Amino acid sequence: MTAKPAEISVDVEANIAAICARYGNRSDALIEILHDVQETGGHITRDAIVGIAAALNISRADVFGTLSFYDDFRTEPVAAGMVKLCRAEACQSVGADALAARCDANGIAHETVYCLGNCALGPAAMVDGRLIGRANEEKLASAVRHAKAEG
Amino acid sequence: MVRVFIPRDAAALSVGADEVAATFANCIAQRKLDVELVRTGSRGAFFLEPLVEVEVGGKRVGYGPVHASDVPALLDAGVLEGGAHDLALGEVEKLPFFAKQERLTFARCGVIDPFDLSAYGQSGGLAGLRAAQKLKPEEVVQAVTESGLRGRGGAGFPAGIKWKTVLEASGDKKYICCNADEGDSGTFADRMLMEGDPFALLEGMAIAAHAVGASEGLVYIRSEYPHAIAAMNEAVRIWQDAKASPNFTIEIRRGAGAYICGEETSMLESLEGKRGQVRAKPPIPALEGLHGEPTVVNNVLTLAAVPWIVANGAKAYQDFGMGKSRGTQPFQLGGNVKQGGLVEKAFGLTLLELIEEFGGGTLSGRPVRAVQVGGPLGSYLGTDQLATPMDYEAMAGIDAMLGHGGVVVFDDTVDMARQAQFAMEFCAAESCGKCTPCRIGSTRGAEVIGRIREGQDVEANLALVRDLCEVMEGGSLCAMGDLTPQPVLSAINQFPEDFQAGGRA
Ligand SMILES: Cc1cc2nc3c(=O)[nH]c(=O)nc-3n(C[C@H](O)[C@H](O)[C@H](O)COP(=O)(O)O)c2cc1C
Ligand code: SF4
Ligand code: FES
Repeated sequence: MTAKPAEISVDVEANIAAICARYGNRSDALIEILHDVQETGGHITRDAIVGIAAALNISRADVFGTLSFYDDFRTEPVAAGMVKLCRAEACQSVGADALAARCDANGIAHETVYCLGNCALGPAAMVDGRLIGRANEEKLASAVRHAKAEG
Repeated sequence: MVRVFIPRDAAALSVGADEVAATFANCIAQRKLDVELVRTGSRGAFFLEPLVEVEVGGKRVGYGPVHASDVPALLDAGVLEGGAHDLALGEVEKLPFFAKQERLTFARCGVIDPFDLSAYGQSGGLAGLRAAQKLKPEEVVQAVTESGLRGRGGAGFPAGIKWKTVLEASGDKKYICCNADEGDSGTFADRMLMEGDPFALLEGMAIAAHAVGASEGLVYIRSEYPHAIAAMNEAVRIWQDAKASPNFTIEIRRGAGAYICGEETSMLESLEGKRGQVRAKPPIPALEGLHGEPTVVNNVLTLAAVPWIVANGAKAYQDFGMGKSRGTQPFQLGGNVKQGGLVEKAFGLTLLELIEEFGGGTLSGRPVRAVQVGGPLGSYLGTDQLATPMDYEAMAGIDAMLGHGGVVVFDDTVDMARQAQFAMEFCAAESCGKCTPCRIGSTRGAEVIGRIREGQDVEANLALVRDLCEVMEGGSLCAMGDLTPQPVLSAINQFPEDFQAGGRA
């Protein structure tokens, strides 16, 4: 992990403290807190884990234990415009696996999710919170461009 | 003033509903038309989305599927007066897809503005809560018991019995936890309801709270559903501002991408901020649930069915259905099907009716070969099993399950050995890790099926898969490990040819 200037760390700390305070520093809200932290920073840093543990008065191991259980949480940054591609059964039945292969061939970065609740309009995908039905490479590429443009 | 209705259900958005709405708004402004645009949920005929409806003479006339570029021509054709156009569908409720349904839980979904509490009240909403408030808690529990309502999350446990346990339990505090994790592939009814008629869920939770003496409610929504999360947050804000259930507060909580968190005890762990590891039962959540207090855990559809039951009487609900499966089930038709969507219907219709009459056959136009019912832990059925009525017991009779009501259709290009392998892979990916058979058995299972697909030692390896399934069924704490053998064994038993050397791989 790269060292960060001290003043950024202070900012991070204040931000984390504010997020935790929104939830009354309740440890049962840890998952909400992790979501909020990730939304502001893109991923959850070691500093953030330390800050959350302090605010909620639980151990760092508790925070890390919880976050590592859930696929949503990341401790490393991800590039903008990552396609969440549904690989579950209903989408398999209309060619999700073939679509994944064509994404690979066309340099469209994607990760696997299981079901987006759009099983009657598969293959389904999500880019930056936008749901895409009857997905194909063109629709996905355009959604990725859009997401990258918005940063 | 003419009212035009355009859905903002996530599925409708996924095929361009927002673009259609924006174009409508532009054209209305340019042409200075006297039109009110109302955004609704979806009625669930996803093959018609984006479905635009116009109120003409008190009736809703439909056009769909509409592309944004169709909008000027639609207006030219006089759609505001119900004019003719290639996309015209006529009166929406008379379309065969809807006319044959029995919509109790989904009566308002796609019809009203989901955030308009007075429209909710005018279309039958809040009648159940008002009626419940005049009853004693045990009378509400009695009504739910007599209605025959069973849990719609998958296990089909009688809701009234669960509520009675919580009512009679003592605790400092009691909770209503709504399970909106809806992880099963092929299901989307919880999502649709939360986006299209969220007050029905809140009303059901408030009735449950009155019935068992709970003061706090939580809705656990999977993070894959950002639209539903936003809709529920908005609905809770409106509900609480209107003091619709003053002694009962409701909080929305997000999941974080773990299928196992749909299992009720795993969900409770997650709601406590922990890893979603399944708890051993007993104690049951009804006695020691969230923070160790008595807790009702019910699926979205279970809770959303309650207002209708209390408003119309247990007997009226009982009158729908067959055998021990009473009332209606929102079936969800997805996968390789021409007309996919939500079909709410009394228990007892057959899969064939659902797939052919409502679904119109496969999307690809090829023959149906396999149907998976009840999500990733549900059995694959062959075409000779499709006449089975959809009812909990009849499905159990063919080693299948209804689960949350998802029906996924596959055409004849499907490789069932691959599907069996996927079932094992899914279990390996989503196991909470507590039991060895589930965690390790599934990984081994996926490898062994991989070898079968390559034609290696097929007979010996098939026997090994069957053994692994037996171990998983006997040695798992929850249904994840216990039921993964269902899709695996049903694929092997119903489609043996796909596992023979040279199968389809
Ligand atoms: C692996 C697994 C996943 C489950 N997923 C869900 C789910 O997503 N939604 C749900 O309501 N129930 C799910 N269940 C069932 C719940 O454990 C529980 O039975 C249900 O929420 C109770 O509510 P009901 O009686 O209203 O159905 C799941 C069970 C298992 C074993
Ligand atoms: S069966 Fe699997 S998911 Fe269920 S408790 Fe055991 S390891 Fe966890
Ligand atoms: S299975 Fe892909 S969206 Fe449901």
